Order: sequence, then structure tokens, then C-alpha cells
Amino acid sequence: MATAQSTSILPEELEESGREPVVAVQDIHKSFGAHKVLNGINLTVNRGETLAVLGRSGTGKSVLLRLIVGLDKPDSGSIRICGEDIAGLTIDQLGGIRKKMGFLFQHAALYDSLSVADNVAFPLLHHNKALSKSERADRVSQLLLEVGLDGNLDRMPSDISGGMQKRVGLARALALKPEILLLDEPTAGLDPISSREIDELILKLQKERQMASIVVTHDLFSAKIISNRLALLDQGNVLIEGSFEDLERSDIAFVKEFLKQ
Amino acid sequence: MPIAAISTSAIAFIGDFFEWFGNLGIFFWRVLRAGLTPPYECRELIRQLDEVGSKSLPLVALAGSAIGVVISLEARYSLSRFGAKSMFPATLVYSVIQVMGPIITGLVVSGRVGAGIGAELASMKVTEQIDAIEASAINPYRLLAATRILACILMLPLLTIAADACGLLTGWFAQALVEPLSFHQFVESGFKGATLNAFLPPTLKTMVYGFIIGLIACFQGMRTRGGAEGVGRAATNSVVLGSLFLMLADVVLVKFILVVFP
Repeated sequence: MATAQSTSILPEELEESGREPVVAVQDIHKSFGAHKVLNGINLTVNRGETLAVLGRSGTGKSVLLRLIVGLDKPDSGSIRICGEDIAGLTIDQLGGIRKKMGFLFQHAALYDSLSVADNVAFPLLHHNKALSKSERADRVSQLLLEVGLDGNLDRMPSDISGGMQKRVGLARALALKPEILLLDEPTAGLDPISSREIDELILKLQKERQMASIVVTHDLFSAKIISNRLALLDQGNVLIEGSFEDLERSDIAFVKEFLKQ
Repeated sequence: MPIAAISTSAIAFIGDFFEWFGNLGIFFWRVLRAGLTPPYECRELIRQLDEVGSKSLPLVALAGSAIGVVISLEARYSLSRFGAKSMFPATLVYSVIQVMGPIITGLVVSGRVGAGIGAELASMKVTEQIDAIEASAINPYRLLAATRILACILMLPLLTIAADACGLLTGWFAQALVEPLSFHQFVESGFKGATLNAFLPPTLKTMVYGFIIGLIACFQGMRTRGGAEGVGRAATNSVVLGSLFLMLADVVLVKFILVVFP
């Protein structure tokens, strides 16, 4: 069994060893009004590694992702992305760091007034202005092909299934060739077959691109397949962190209860 | 006990009132800072100019035409009573261009564009599309708010000119149906002795209306919470607050214009 205290590597230790994590979350606190969501959480993710964040609903898993991408600000603590502390950065200063991250939202959050192709092209249009129209179209086709979509370019997000929306969201998240991929419940609301297809897709992308990934999920099977390491959150902190086998060997009642699902 | 409850509600209302203005000020500052610094979202601005301008034109022209006919009918009746029928062209010209054209255009655009912007941005907010824009390293204050507000500022004077033109044309036509009055006579008599100062400030003041409509609609849309109900509330508040502040601003602007351009 591995607990959060025994396996979590603090950024200072990694800096000393010369191997800084791509994402380093240190002592993060976050409250919404009187409700404390995160209570001094520590997490690190290295290049090429996939961390699955598990926990009951409302334990702050999605909030953690929003803090990492800078959509919300922590009350205290530090978040370092590729060595740079993002606390206190303005929205434009955060832009440079966000280009290194791809974010798949829980409900895909596709732009509903744009076609599938335009959704994927959106980040390219704003950040790769040197690309010609045809180069951009080629890149979009290539990205959609990569996530297993072909021939759906002109359809609107409302005309495609939930699983396809997730794939389009994933293609959009990959458009700027991110070093870090953040996935918020990638298989939520999908049937088992679509869920496994998304899992396989994520595994394939990890293998090809060697990104650091954080996957928030309730799907234990998915977490087991796609992650190298798991962190189980409880009461705003990491209760246990380690491999799936570490979690299975744990004597903690909550972990046993959680794995029963 | 009821007095205590009333005072608590009053304190909460005053608190909310000042909080709303404080948040509006912060929002405006973010939009201003984003709008003035590159990269400039020219493509989105052009799209918004079309949304606000071209697509509002038929409605604004219709409203302007209706107002022209109404003023024509009312003015003919009133002026006849006082034996001042010869003042009809000037009355129509000044009423439409200085008073009714700008305010009617402002209210029509507030209803159509304000509600549209409020609902669109609110819908994007509750479906996390604005977060997705921000997560893609694009500043939503620049892309969504600054472009819409600037489009409203730039298009309002042009729409006002269109409403004025339609109002004058239909007003003249309504009069010409009753009494012979050539368009040439009408224009010559109506604009006789008029300076640019008489018509330019009332038209340009609609840029302030545009700023108010755009700012309030974007603010209401981008701070929405709570699903479909929140979207509906944002659209309603955009129109109600936009129209209210527009009319309050008109009071100040009319006085300002009278003092500065006597």
C-alpha cells in the first residue's frame, strides 16, 4: 500500500534531483463560501505519466483541474506548470502556459455555433496564424482522424452523439500539441463500448505523444487501464496515492468501500 | 419584527446594488484592458458589426418609419391648431433627428441585440464554452466582450441615421398624402438654417447608448449561473437594465449637448 504521504514527491525534492514534474500542485486550499473543497492537496505528474484522480462526487476533482488550467484561483498554495508558478498571473500571462495544456471538459464544451471542423480549428486559427487555410484544414482532418472521426467535418455538435462530442473535444484539446492533457470524466455518460473506445484512444495518444496527463474519473475500470498512478481524494485531500494494486491492497475502509463499486 | 425584517432586506438590497456596480466596474476594466492590447480580434469584430448592424437594420428602419408617420400626424394636428402649419417640416426634422430617432434606435437595438448578446453569452457560460475559450489560451474578454461592445458603439450612429432617414421619408409621405408638399420643399424648409451642431451630437450620442447596451449585455451574459433559468434571466436583465440605463443616460446627454452645443 502507498499512502499520499509516502509516494507524493514534493517539487523541491524533484528540483534537487534535477527532474522537475510537469505539473506540481503544492498545499492547495480552495473554498467556495463556507464550503471547503480542497484542503492542502499535494500532487505531481511527470512527463509521459498519467495520473487518475478518483473520489466521490463533490470532493473537488474537477475543481483541481480548473485550478491547474487557471480557470479558478486557489485560496493558497502553489501550482507549477513546467516549472512556472501560475498563481498571480493575469489572463494574458496565463495564455502562454495554457498553450501547453489541452483540456477536455466533462460535457466536451464544444462551441455550438461552430461545425465540428471549426471547433477543432478554433485554437489553430487563434494561435497558428501562419498556417494557410488548406494547411489548417489538413491539420484538422488529421486531428479528427487521430481521434477516430472521419467524414463528420461539417456537422454541428448538436448533430453528433455524446461519444463523438468527446472525441471532437479531445481533438480540439490536442490541436496545439500540448505537453499536458487534462481530462475531466472522459467516459462519463457514455455506454460501456464507447467508454472503452475512448480509453483505448487515450492510451494510444499517450503512447504516441508522451504527454503528462491527469484524468478525473469515476470509472475505476477506465482509471485502471489508462493510468500509471491513481490518487483517491477524500475530504479535500489525497487519501491514498499509488498504483491500482496499491489501492487494492489498502486497509483503509473508505478505499475498500470505493473499490467495491 | 416586520421593521427589522424590512431593514435587513433593505440593507441586503443596498449591498447587492453596490456589489453589482462594483462587479460591472471590474468587468469594464478587464474588457478595456483586453480590448486595447493585441492581438486584436478583427475577424470577430467584423462578424459582430454584421450581427449588430446589418441584421438590426430592417427592424430599426421599420421603427423609424412608424415614428415618422406618428410625429407627422401629431404635428400636423397640433400645428394646425396654433396656425403654424408652415413649421411642419422643421418640426418633423428636429423631432425625428434630435429626439425620437436616437432613443427609438437605442431601445430597438437594446431589445434585439441586448437580449441576443445576453442570451448567447449566458448560454456559452453555462455550457462551459467560455471556459473552453479561456482554456484554449484565448482571452474571452477580448474575443467575446470587447468585440460586441465595440460593434454596438460603431453601429448605433449608423442605425440612427437609417432610422432618421426612414422617419423623415415616411413623415413627409404621410403629410404629402393630405396636402401637396414636394420632397424638395420639405427638405429645404425642414433643414433651413440648421447647422451640423444641431444634428451631429444627437446622432453621435448613440455611441454612448451602444456602449451601455453592449457592456450590460456582455456583463449579464458572462456572469450567468444556473442553467436555462439563468440564461433567461440574463437575456431579460440585459434588455431591462440596458433600456433603463440608456434612458437615464439620455437625460444626462441631452443636458450635456444643450450646454456644450447651444
